[in-house]
Amino acid sequence: MLEIKNLNVTVEEKQILKNLNLNIGKGEVHAIMGPNGSGKSTIAHTLAGKPNYNVDSGEVNLNGEDLLSKDPYERSLNGLFLAFQYPIELPGVTNASYLKQIVNAHRKSRKETPIDAGEFLKILKEKSKLLDIPMDMHSRFVNAGFSGGEKKKNEVLQMDLLNPSLIIMDETDSGLDVDALKTTADAINKLRNDERSFIIITHYLRLLEYIEPDYVHVFQNGSVIETGDKTLASRIDQEGYS
Amino acid sequence: MNKVSKDNFTQEKYKYGFVTEIESEKIPKGLNEDVIKLISKKKNEPEWMLEWRLSAFKRLENMSVPKWAKAEIDEIDFQDLYYYSSPKDFKEKPKSLDEVDPKLLETYEKLGIPLKEQKVLAGVAVDAVFDSVSVATTFKEKLNEIGVIFCPISEAIQKHPELVKKYIGSVIPVTDHFYATLNSAVFSDGSFVYIPKGVKCPMELSTYFRINASETGQFERTLIIADEGSYVSYLEGCTAPMRDENQLHAANVELVALDDAEIKYSTVQNWYPGDENGKGGIYNFVTKRGLCKGKNSKISWTQIETGSAITWKYPSCILRGDNSTGEFYSVAITNNYQQADTGTKMIHLGKNTKSRIISKGISAGKSSNTYRGLVSFHKKANNAKNFTQCDSLLVGSECKANTIPLTENSSNSSSIEHEATTSKISDEQLFYCMQRGLDAEEAQSLIVNGFCKEVLQKLPMEFAVEAQKLVSISLEGSVG
Repeated sequence: MLEIKNLNVTVEEKQILKNLNLNIGKGEVHAIMGPNGSGKSTIAHTLAGKPNYNVDSGEVNLNGEDLLSKDPYERSLNGLFLAFQYPIELPGVTNASYLKQIVNAHRKSRKETPIDAGEFLKILKEKSKLLDIPMDMHSRFVNAGFSGGEKKKNEVLQMDLLNPSLIIMDETDSGLDVDALKTTADAINKLRNDERSFIIITHYLRLLEYIEPDYVHVFQNGSVIETGDKTLASRIDQEGYS
Repeated sequence: MNKVSKDNFTQEKYKYGFVTEIESEKIPKGLNEDVIKLISKKKNEPEWMLEWRLSAFKRLENMSVPKWAKAEIDEIDFQDLYYYSSPKDFKEKPKSLDEVDPKLLETYEKLGIPLKEQKVLAGVAVDAVFDSVSVATTFKEKLNEIGVIFCPISEAIQKHPELVKKYIGSVIPVTDHFYATLNSAVFSDGSFVYIPKGVKCPMELSTYFRINASETGQFERTLIIADEGSYVSYLEGCTAPMRDENQLHAANVELVALDDAEIKYSTVQNWYPGDENGKGGIYNFVTKRGLCKGKNSKISWTQIETGSAITWKYPSCILRGDNSTGEFYSVAITNNYQQADTGTKMIHLGKNTKSRIISKGISAGKSSNTYRGLVSFHKKANNAKNFTQCDSLLVGSECKANTIPLTENSSNSSSIEHEATTSKISDEQLFYCMQRGLDAEEAQSLIVNGFCKEVLQKLPMEFAVEAQKLVSISLEGSVG
C-alpha cells in the first residue's frame, strides 16, 4: 500500500534521506529504529508533507496514488496519520471542539453530513475510556498544559477517531511511563487490522514488546541498512547499532 | 501549500457589497448652516434641536481633524460630501412594514436581517437605518407595553423631547473633538432606547446600519438610557456596498446607566474594508461613551471589528457612580491594507469602581492594528481596580501590531493589573491541524477563533456563531 522508491530529501540545505526504499503492505506493522540523526523523523515528516522538507527526487505511492503532489490535509483525508513526537499546543481551542472539527473534515471529504453533537460525545466517551483519558481533558485547550503522557494519548485518540489506513508513529513511546505505555499500546493493538498499516519509529524495544512488528528496519545516514523481523529489535537493544 | 487566487476571495469575501437600486433624495453637497437647517427640517425637528445643532456647527468652525491616530488617512474634503440621503418619497417613516418599499425589505433580507416580525430571530427587535433614515423598527408596540422606548432618534426628538434634551450631549459634550462635534451638527438617524425603572428588557434590541448611497457620509446618533435597576442588551451591525471611494461614517453613541442599571452594548462592525489593494472602504470614525452615572451601575462594551478601511474608535466608560463597573471586550481584525486604531478609556471617578479590558488584535496582510487605551483613577476613586489584557496575533510578516496602554493614577488605594502578549500563528500549528485534515484556511480560522474566543463568548448567543464565521471570512486570503 505504501511504496517509497529512491527517495532523496533535503532539509535546510542538508541532505537527510538518501536513496531510501521501503515497501509496506496492507495490514503490516513496520518498526524503524536507528541512531539520532539517521533520518527517522525526516521520513515521517516527509510523508506527512511538512513544509521545508524538500523532495529532490524519488517517488512515493500510497494506495496506488502519488502522495508527494498532495497537500498535507489531502494526505490526511486520504488516510495518512502522523502521531507527532511533540504534539503542538493550540491555546484557546478546546480539545472537544478540535476533535469534532477534524472528524467533520474527514466526514465532509467522504460527502457525509457533520456528526451530531450527541453522537460525537458518545463516541468520544467510548474511545477516551479505552485510553484512560478523563473527559475533563476535552474541555481543556488542545495539548496546552498537557503532561507528556496526556499529549501522546491525545494523539492516539485522534488516530482512533480518524480511522486512517496508514499510521506513522514518531516516538509515541517517549514521555510515557510504564502504565501509560501499556494502556496506549493496548489501544493501538485494538486498531490493528488487515487493512491498516503502521510505521512505528522508536529508539526502544519496550514499545515493540507490546506492539509486535512484522518487520524491523535499521536506519543509518538516511537509508535502510538492515531489515529483519522482531528479533532484530532485540539484538539492537542488546548490542546497539554498531 | 494550498494557493488560491486572491481574486476568488474578494469576490466571496465581502458578501454585503451590493448596491440597492433605489432612487435617493439627497440634499446638496457641502457643510454649512443651510445644510444643517435642511437636515433639521427634513426631520421635522423642534426649534431647540436646530439650535443645538447650530451651536455645534459654530464650534466646529474653530476645530480641526484629530491627527494622533496611528493611521494614514487621506484628507477628507468635508464640503464635497452629501450629509443627508434618504430613499425617494420617504417623507414620513412608514407606519407599518406593509408600507415599506419592498426593495428595502429585500435589501435587509439579503443582509440576513429579515424585518417581518414573524420571520426575525425570536427575541430580537431591530431598528433598520438606511443611509440617513430609519426605515423600519420591529417589535416597537410590544416593547411599549412594558414601557420600553425603542425608536429612531429622530422620532424620539419629537415624541420624547424631555428625555432627549436631558441626556443628549451629556456623555459626549458637543465640543468633545472634531468628529463628535461634526456629528452633533449633522447627525441623521440612529436609535433611541429608554428602559424604565426596574425593567429588564426581555428582548435583545438591535440596530442595523446600512450605507447605500455614494459620496454620502453616515452620521449615526444613538442614545441609550437605562433607568434605575433596569437592564438592556443592545447590538448593532453595519455593512456597506463595495466602492472605490472612501466613505465616512462618524457616529456618536451615548449610554447612561443610572443606579443599579446595566447596559450591555455589542457591535459587529463589518463595513466594507476596501479591496485587497487598499482601494475604497469606509472611514469609521466613531465616538462611543458610556456614563455609569448611578451607584452599582454597569456598562459593558463588546466589539467585533472586522470591516472598514480605517477604524478609529474608543468605546469608553466614565465610572462616576460608586461601585460601578465598566467592561470592554474587543476583537479587531485587520487584513490587506486595513488600519485599526481602537481601544477604550476607563475613567474611574467613584469609589470601588472596577474596570476590565480584554483586547484581541489580529493583523494579517499589510494591515496595521493598534490598541490604544487609557485607564485613569481620579483622586476620589478609592479602591478602584482595573484589569487589562491586550493580546496581539500576527498572521504573516508584513503586518503591524501596536499596544499603547496609558495610565493616570491620582488615587492611593487603587490597583492596575496589565498583561500583554504578542504571538504569531506558527507554521507548526498550521501543519499540525492540516495533518489532521483541515485545509490551510480552516486551520488558521480554528487557531484565530481560539485566540479570540474569550471575547466572542461575550456576544449575545444569537450572534456568537455569526461572529465566529465573520472572523474566519475576514482573514480569507491571508494564508498560502
